[in-house]
Amino acid sequence: MTTDTDTAKIEVRDLHKSFGPKHVLRGVNLTMAPGESLAVIGGSGTGKSVLIKNLIGLMEPDSGSIRIDGEEVVHMASHERERVTRKFGMLFQGAALFDSLTVWENVAFGLMESQGMNRREARKLSLEAMIQVGLDTDIADRSPAELSGGMQKRAGLARAIATRPEILFFDEPTTGLDPIMGSVIDDLIVRSVRELGATALTITHDMASARRIADNVAMIYEGRIVWHGPVADIDHSGNEMLDQFIHGRPDGPIQLRVAS
Amino acid sequence: MRFLRAIGRGTIATFAVIGRISVFAGNGLYHSVRPPWYPRLILRQMVEIGYYSLPVVGLTAIFTGMVLALQSFSGFAFAGEAAIANVIVWGITRELGPVLAGLMVAGRIGAAMAAEIGTMRVTEQIDALTTLSTNPFKYLVAPRLIAAVAMLPLLVLVADVIGVLGGFIVSVLDFGFNPTTYLKSTWDSLDTQGFVSGLVKAAVFGFIVALMGTYHGYNSKGGAQGVGQATTNAVVSASILLLLFNFIITALFFAA
Repeated sequence: MTTDTDTAKIEVRDLHKSFGPKHVLRGVNLTMAPGESLAVIGGSGTGKSVLIKNLIGLMEPDSGSIRIDGEEVVHMASHERERVTRKFGMLFQGAALFDSLTVWENVAFGLMESQGMNRREARKLSLEAMIQVGLDTDIADRSPAELSGGMQKRAGLARAIATRPEILFFDEPTTGLDPIMGSVIDDLIVRSVRELGATALTITHDMASARRIADNVAMIYEGRIVWHGPVADIDHSGNEMLDQFIHGRPDGPIQLRVAS
Repeated sequence: MRFLRAIGRGTIATFAVIGRISVFAGNGLYHSVRPPWYPRLILRQMVEIGYYSLPVVGLTAIFTGMVLALQSFSGFAFAGEAAIANVIVWGITRELGPVLAGLMVAGRIGAAMAAEIGTMRVTEQIDALTTLSTNPFKYLVAPRLIAAVAMLPLLVLVADVIGVLGGFIVSVLDFGFNPTTYLKSTWDSLDTQGFVSGLVKAAVFGFIVALMGTYHGYNSKGGAQGVGQATTNAVVSASILLLLFNFIITALFFAA
């Protein structure tokens, strides 16, 4: 069925982005098939976050192309862009819940504000999404600030999936959680993605998490994808950079510039 | 050479900031006049700006009116009761009402806007709005601009009444003026142009305060320190711009 790039869910070609003299993305190429779950791994400052921000439209790349369902989104008019954004759901690193709203209003935000659903119906769907991520519906009327980190992540995930998006983005989903809560969140992510049949892109530096979540892994280093392949191959990839990264070795082709 | 370069750099930086603020203001205005609006958010901001600022604006106004009466009595006692009523009405409705209410609101509201939106920026809540297909300008900036422009004139109206009342209290109780005569001269000195200029100023000040609050909050970066900086910048820049525009509007109304 999938014959060429026309059917790719996300297709990134030669993406460049600089901030002043800092050339962060230096020609990223990436293709994702519908339903694929990809983990983009890499150290801090390698361009993971910038890549994801370009994909969701929080940043405009300097050059290159991003196609979502074959549709070019770079330099798209803002109302057109909003239509494409409706296909997205995103879980932020710090959950990024709106603290002026209650937990259920947060989860229902996309349903009410962008899909125009009435409050009663949105609340019902919001409670369903909360149950789906293992949140007690008793906390629906609390403020996000009263929740623990793990619960905030769950609420963030519920908000991301409530609109039933086609593409899900996860920004460091396990960062700041203990290992057990980390794998609980990973399991929830895998289940939600499967249930929605969504395409998922996760950026992470947590290898255990990447192995649990992803079908495929892409490693980014100095603004380029240096390795891309199935998650089963990462232990015998023959790629020195990937080897160094997954084993966390200080010596190798990747040089950390600690001193500044 | 180095001197020239410093001047050039400063000039370019200044114009860059003016440009960024203008683009931000244009964006904010565009989304304020175009549907969809968020009535709940506008209403919440109106209550926050209008209702909750009443005590501080009222107190400022009553003491200003009273002190204005004391000062004008010591200065213009020779000119009689009517002159003092006149000084108070003109002073309050044209200048002190709008300027002092504007400055108090800049401190109260401008700071709160910058802190709230700044925190939303550094905790990625503004990015989250975008990913939920909600335009942050529509959701965060427009309701604050609309509410501030609508509420400031009302606040100033209240401040005018309370300020004049403050002057009345001192004049009648302290100087023993005849209340009826004093009220009549107060009414006679009230002029439409001066009064309207005060309300126009109030609307412009409301825009300035909300614009500076949202602009500095929206562009804050770097965690708690950045948010603190944004709050300070919002209040300081709003206060200075407010005084600058006070001069410009006064000149436009009365210089001709």
